[in-house]
Amino acid sequence: MTQTIALVGNPNAGKTSLFNILTGTRQYVGNWAGVTVERKEGWVKGDKKWKMVDLPGIYSLSAQTLEEKIALSFILGDEPDVLLNIIDASNLERNLYFTVQLLETGLPAIVSLNMIDVAEGRGLTIDKDYLEKALGVPVVPMVARKGKGKSTLLKRFDNGARRASLKISYPDNIEQGLASLLPLLNEAGWTSTIDTRWLALMWLEGNESVSTMVNEKTERTILEKMNEIRKAIPSADNQIRQARYEWVERILSESVSKEREESKTWSDRVDSVLLHPLLGLPLFFMFMYLIFQITFSWVGMAGSDLLDGWLSGPISEGIQKALVVMDSPAWFTRLMIEGVVAGMGAVLVFVPQIAILFLCLSFLEDSGYMSRAAVLMDRFLRGIGLNGKAFIPLVLGFGCNVPAIMATRTLEDEKSRLLTALISPFMSCSARLSVYALFVSAFFSAWQAEIVFLLYVFGILMAILTAFILNRFIDTEDELFVMELPPYRTPMVVSLLLHTWDKSKGFVKKAGTIIFGMSVLLWFLGQYSWQGAVPMEDSFLASIGGWVAPVFAPMGFDTWQSGVALITGFLAKEVVVATMGVAYGAGTSVGTLASLLPNTFTPAAAISFLFFVLLYTPCVSTVMVLKKETGSWKWMTFSIVYSFVLAWIVAWIVYVIASWVL
Amino acid sequence: MLLSECRVGTKGRVTDMQMKASYRNRVLDLGLTPGTEIEVVRKALLGDPIVIRFRGYQMGFRRSDVKGIQIETGN
Repeated sequence: MTQTIALVGNPNAGKTSLFNILTGTRQYVGNWAGVTVERKEGWVKGDKKWKMVDLPGIYSLSAQTLEEKIALSFILGDEPDVLLNIIDASNLERNLYFTVQLLETGLPAIVSLNMIDVAEGRGLTIDKDYLEKALGVPVVPMVARKGKGKSTLLKRFDNGARRASLKISYPDNIEQGLASLLPLLNEAGWTSTIDTRWLALMWLEGNESVSTMVNEKTERTILEKMNEIRKAIPSADNQIRQARYEWVERILSESVSKEREESKTWSDRVDSVLLHPLLGLPLFFMFMYLIFQITFSWVGMAGSDLLDGWLSGPISEGIQKALVVMDSPAWFTRLMIEGVVAGMGAVLVFVPQIAILFLCLSFLEDSGYMSRAAVLMDRFLRGIGLNGKAFIPLVLGFGCNVPAIMATRTLEDEKSRLLTALISPFMSCSARLSVYALFVSAFFSAWQAEIVFLLYVFGILMAILTAFILNRFIDTEDELFVMELPPYRTPMVVSLLLHTWDKSKGFVKKAGTIIFGMSVLLWFLGQYSWQGAVPMEDSFLASIGGWVAPVFAPMGFDTWQSGVALITGFLAKEVVVATMGVAYGAGTSVGTLASLLPNTFTPAAAISFLFFVLLYTPCVSTVMVLKKETGSWKWMTFSIVYSFVLAWIVAWIVYVIASWVL
Repeated sequence: MLLSECRVGTKGRVTDMQMKASYRNRVLDLGLTPGTEIEVVRKALLGDPIVIRFRGYQMGFRRSDVKGIQIETGN
């Protein structure tokens, strides 16, 4: 029979590493019901009967943040067969506080004592046996990043975990409250595997999720008595928390010894530069600029050029030859070469750049710098109703807006969440980059990185402006902002590559599905009209494009080609380039396409087009996820209309200025 | 003295916490309980957010969120 392991632990305790070494590639990513917080599941390698569910990283079961609520409702509702609690050996006090809460549930549990190497490096000696005895469940010392301790942990699973029976003594008034609650809960007929004492504690604390559950399932008369008991101890929430920490302190004073007093750590020294009150921000912007240079000039661009050479040279020639050998009809050969290879090729050449961008972002995330960036940016983001953490989803937006909007779930307060989701589309995603890369190489070859950087910065400015305006119209209660600064770590190459592969795969997949379909459709639309096969400028494609083109007359790009490109760009932004490839009959080479563009675009129209692509209506996937996240058609429609109007106005202003300057 | 007014490098002990219940519960969950020893490690530009070390780790807070926390310093 399948058994479920719930992986639980504090943020930064190494949950992802442990999940990866236990499940390898046998993982599935989905969402928690009703919300878009990522839900990862996997099969534990070796023995197929263990299913592992990765719960969100949280500090407690208090059910105050969304993640805490998700984790708690999983533990309450699904009653996993084993709680696998990962704790950071170098940060035991706070990690064990959460462990106490978990063990009090009485569910079977195993503790993975992770980062034992870091703790030893700091001169800490941990008496594992004492800890095991105090907690009453197996404790497995590990270094999850390096896979150390994995076999011992797997053996523990096979031996079967035993139910936790941790019972710490609380102050007298709390214990009295518990003593009077227990018979009431029994009377109400609680027969769950979860310990009744834990339920009673959570009830006294005023835990929202537990209260809701108890309210639903308990008779009115019993409930009234329970409420009275709770009201009689108004400070229960404080006292229980303090008692848990005092218990942890006592256990640690017995089980952990410190060889030497900690001096300034290596991480502190790095922080005194990177978080310097004056140097911090300039350094942060310098890092961002470096990432752009690496992605768009130094490494990514070279890779893209190389790939373009292959696709337009050997690969399309090879396919053509193969088709001729197979005796394919001429129209089909043309469809394949001019439609499919050209369309998909125009998109695939950007894979190197996108991969490099994600590699850089994963490096910042895994090293611990992202949370520093959140602290640095908080003061500024607060002014527009956001908080420092909004920065991370927004940076993700540079990769793709869909995960960016999904990541807004990490924000505790509703207002930040809504605002961040709404402004995320102005973060220029990697798909739009393909359009910039094409245009800058065609028109502004001397200033490629600078112009792309300018576009990104302008997108950010529009995001700020939008948030600033919307902030005035959305009114909600403030929430506590906390941002942990974990010690810096050298990112693991494997984990960086895994993450980069994961994201790039999404992009390639899109090229294989939406873009494949669009390329075929566009090719047909571009070859035919009601009169049958015609030159492209008389085709369906030209008339559709021509129909919308007048909207863009003030900006100088009112050709049918750009009209069609912008329409298909709504399906996916990377299709813009593919469409242009087909519409201009450029064949398979992005180089050829770039040389054809100046025939219909003036430099002023080109730059105006870029600003329009930067800002206009987000792609279908983004729009759908926005609807799901905000839970409202109103905000989704707002986003579509607002971004189109804003893009139009900005592009027009840019055109006027650019015609005057260029 | 108030935590929000402490200079970088100040070490002390939490004596009192005057803040709304939902904030206080979260701060307590993180281990900032009365009696906890703390150190103000650094402050961002404009003195906000403020990074505090306690129970062996560092956490950034907004000054306004923790202004109700009283600190007793050694001297």
